[in-house]
Amino acid sequence: MRGHAFLVVAVAVVAAGLAVTRVLDNQYYYFAAYVVLQYVVLATAWNILGGYTGYVNFGTPAFFALGAYTAVVLIRWVKAPLGLQLVAGAIIAGLLGLALGYLTLRLRGVFFSIATLALAVVLQTMFINWEYTGGARGTSLVRPATAPLFGSYVQFLFVVMLGLAVLAVATAWWIERSWIGRGLAAIRDNEEAAECMGVPTLKLKLVATTVSGVLMGLAGAPFPYYVTFVEPTSVFDLNYAVNSLAMPMIGGTTTWMGPVIGAVLLGTAQQIATVTISSALNLLLVGLILVAFVILAPEGIVGLVQRLARPRAERTRRSGP
Amino acid sequence: MRRNPRRTRPWAVISLLIVALAFSGAWPGAAGAADPIKIGFGMALTGGLAANGKAALIAMQLWEADINKKGGLLGRPVQLVYYDDQTKGATVPGIYTKLLDVDKVHFVVSGYGTNLIAPAMPIVMERKLVFPGLFGLANNEKANYAGYFQIMPAGPRPALDWTATFLDLAARQNPKPQTIAIVGADAEYPHNAMEAARENIKRLGFKTVYDSTYPPNTVDFTPIVRAIKATNPDLVGVYSYPPDSAGMVLAAHEVGLRPKMFGAGMVGLQFAALLTKLGPKLNGIVNFDVWVPEPTLRFAGIEDFLKRYQAQAEKAGVDPLGHYLPPFAYAYLQVLGQAVEATKSVDQQKVIDYVHKNEFDTIVGKVKFGANGEWTTSRMLQVQFQGIETTDIAQFHKAGKRVVLWPEQYKSGSIIYPYEKALK
Amino acid sequence: MITLDLFLNAVTAGILLGGFYAAVSLGIAIAFGLLDIVNIAHPVFVMLGSYVAYTMNLRFGLDPILTGLLFTPVFYGLGVLLYRIYYASFERKGAEALRGLVFFFGILFIVEVSLLLAFGVDYRMIEASYVGRSFHIGPVGIAFRLLVPCVVGVALTGALYLFLSRTFYGRAIQAVAQDSFALRLMGANPFKVKDVAFGLAIGTAALAGALLIMIGPVEPAMNREYIGRVFAVAVLGGMGSIGGTLVAALILGVAESLTSTFYGPSWGVAVSFGVLLLALAVRPSGLFGR
Repeated sequence: MRGHAFLVVAVAVVAAGLAVTRVLDNQYYYFAAYVVLQYVVLATAWNILGGYTGYVNFGTPAFFALGAYTAVVLIRWVKAPLGLQLVAGAIIAGLLGLALGYLTLRLRGVFFSIATLALAVVLQTMFINWEYTGGARGTSLVRPATAPLFGSYVQFLFVVMLGLAVLAVATAWWIERSWIGRGLAAIRDNEEAAECMGVPTLKLKLVATTVSGVLMGLAGAPFPYYVTFVEPTSVFDLNYAVNSLAMPMIGGTTTWMGPVIGAVLLGTAQQIATVTISSALNLLLVGLILVAFVILAPEGIVGLVQRLARPRAERTRRSGP
Repeated sequence: MRRNPRRTRPWAVISLLIVALAFSGAWPGAAGAADPIKIGFGMALTGGLAANGKAALIAMQLWEADINKKGGLLGRPVQLVYYDDQTKGATVPGIYTKLLDVDKVHFVVSGYGTNLIAPAMPIVMERKLVFPGLFGLANNEKANYAGYFQIMPAGPRPALDWTATFLDLAARQNPKPQTIAIVGADAEYPHNAMEAARENIKRLGFKTVYDSTYPPNTVDFTPIVRAIKATNPDLVGVYSYPPDSAGMVLAAHEVGLRPKMFGAGMVGLQFAALLTKLGPKLNGIVNFDVWVPEPTLRFAGIEDFLKRYQAQAEKAGVDPLGHYLPPFAYAYLQVLGQAVEATKSVDQQKVIDYVHKNEFDTIVGKVKFGANGEWTTSRMLQVQFQGIETTDIAQFHKAGKRVVLWPEQYKSGSIIYPYEKALK
Repeated sequence: MITLDLFLNAVTAGILLGGFYAAVSLGIAIAFGLLDIVNIAHPVFVMLGSYVAYTMNLRFGLDPILTGLLFTPVFYGLGVLLYRIYYASFERKGAEALRGLVFFFGILFIVEVSLLLAFGVDYRMIEASYVGRSFHIGPVGIAFRLLVPCVVGVALTGALYLFLSRTFYGRAIQAVAQDSFALRLMGANPFKVKDVAFGLAIGTAALAGALLIMIGPVEPAMNREYIGRVFAVAVLGGMGSIGGTLVAALILGVAESLTSTFYGPSWGVAVSFGVLLLALAVRPSGLFGR
């Protein structure tokens, strides 16, 4: 999409969200929509490192949880407002991304992925042992009853997450079209060749991990107020890892649209499933769909659509050996 | 850019799909909601506490069937509306909001477990709802919310009273034990319990020689038990959940831990799965319990309930004994139902006031709640496993294997002290 | 307090645990070390082996080691099947990196959740006559439930070592790891060789799983703790060196045991990842690597 078209759509989406809060009073939809939007952010963040650069991050929970726990610490310490929590969460998670990148990006891609797994485990252990945030028992928080301009705080959180989603997608869109995105694509296709051509691979990878970390931290920061009870097991849930990976894979990893499609489809499906079928079955389906897409439709839905949309002559011409 | 219809059509389809899915969230709320009285809750049907959660659900459904057989509440049928909270605190706010705003339930009750009750508290407090709680330790300590009621018989100061039972019993032995080791999982219940235990220990004058926690997913308890044994304690108090309870007992036998009294707060030793797994290894352990089939505890209705529960439990693959959670899951609905009938309304405040002012007759005996929602007197039992020779389950249906030592009014036998004597 | 008694016990437990870790890591040593296939789903196949042993023990009272041996051919077949899917979808097209990893992650998830659906989240244990017993050598207690898996683990490692160095297919596997193209020039079919190798890798999971459930209770999510351990062992040992795997496993076992005993069990699992990161940072080719 072109620049102005994108801006118009982004503004329209946020405006629509605001309009809905005026009209719809039923709190439940805001709860559910919040989760779906949260996944839009996580999926987009993951994709910047995974889809654009080709480095698989299994440790989404680490960054998400760090954002959440930063918020918890700030709430407990100075009763910080949401804005400060967001900024702090973003910075801390971004620093983690930078540190992780610096330590592991010189290694092969697979070791980076295993390191991200390690990161999640180590971080979880640290928070389990940290009494200030409640340790393994967790801590409960009191959410402000109302927010300025909005009926309820939950509506406010919904709009905040909507804004974050737009921000994340806009970042992805911008990276994609900029020289950074082209460099990342070069790394994804063949890192050695990119190095030889003078692409500053390490710097670009660090940018990708940091930006990815920042966005994931942003997704995590409002979480404590959303759920009002934060404990390590649910914040470090493997679901975040699987979903933030499955959604871009299903939607399509090469453009910003893929994660959005994947997040909306899979996220909504999961919200419905939570209240209809058993949760474990729901997870099994995610796994099966993921594997199916990876084997059969690796470009995701976006790729499928693009393939179908191509005029017939082009299709036969392009499908070579 | 030329607008190629072949390119835009698929996008149109996809956008429609997305919009459709987003709005499919507007699934119909209950059709014809006017008639039944709906009681909503989240329950652990999957996840760590699922074994108990599923058992509790069966008990609650038995209550639903019973009350509907008698004509329902206020002449209207009762309907339970529930969702799986997956033993994850994070799902609870969403579930309870849906129950209240979409399913439009009249009452909500809690799920099972301290960690699953906590996230629901802000919501019920905000909307001023009556909130019966199922086995959470000290959930109302900070908030002191008037609408909360807890069916676990811990007593007015739940953590203190719960932990006092084992320690008071120990203090009465002759000669009085001197040293104690306490250990527990790093989780909500054990943490609360151990904190209270420390106060009781100070009050009774014991000397603590070991005080530590272990992470919740520990599987190898031998190092911990070895460390405990090294301090040579007279008493060992363990505050744990089912997998660790089993692990601790097995490790204790493997390492040869022989204090004078062993037990205290091990959740899990009340379930058939562990009773049959550990069998004779349980002998001598003095542990908490909430109900056992001893002659002193035969309340009206409990035996009939257990028979019906056990028939269903077999099929559902949950705890075949049902002595721990199910009777209380039935009872907390009994309390709610009786209060609603008595006040002849679905008004939350009227029900709350009624519950505070009255005593209830349930299948777990007479229940009276204090100002903070806990029982006015503690009825947490301390039982000792005695005379278990096999791992056969039938023996646990009958009296005699889990002897009640405390409180006095329910005592059904005497303690075998020290612990070693019971192992022969 | 650091007493000699506690220290000796921690070290002994660590060594015994190490023997077991070797058994679990063999599959990765082959798949990742020799074939360069990042099978992060290997630990979940070990869990599958544990549950198979559990079921056989429950239904037929079979000793877990017996079950492990009986089911090795079944798991071998599973491995072959998995490899063929992997090969057809990724290796042949040369697109392994991202998608292969995601593929195995998906498999991990599917197996874990299936186990969850079938067995629930409760911990499962087995009954065997030697499980609760232990004997003592001075102040050191040796539990049978640790000793037996260690012995079997070391035996399995030895057997695999002999296979790889003495048999035709074994040496072919080592060859394909070094230079797949040269192997083809020699007339052997790399695909067939990798087929056998990967089957073997998953095959070890049957016995490893049986050993795991002997040590302690299992539940499906445990596989994630082992991902770090097996990769730490494989990397530290030097990719593809079977002897190195054993040594690395022993080191890891002792490190974990000491950390658990003296710093608290919370940090035990984190140790494996720490070791991995350290190894990668300092000596990525491992102790005995090529």
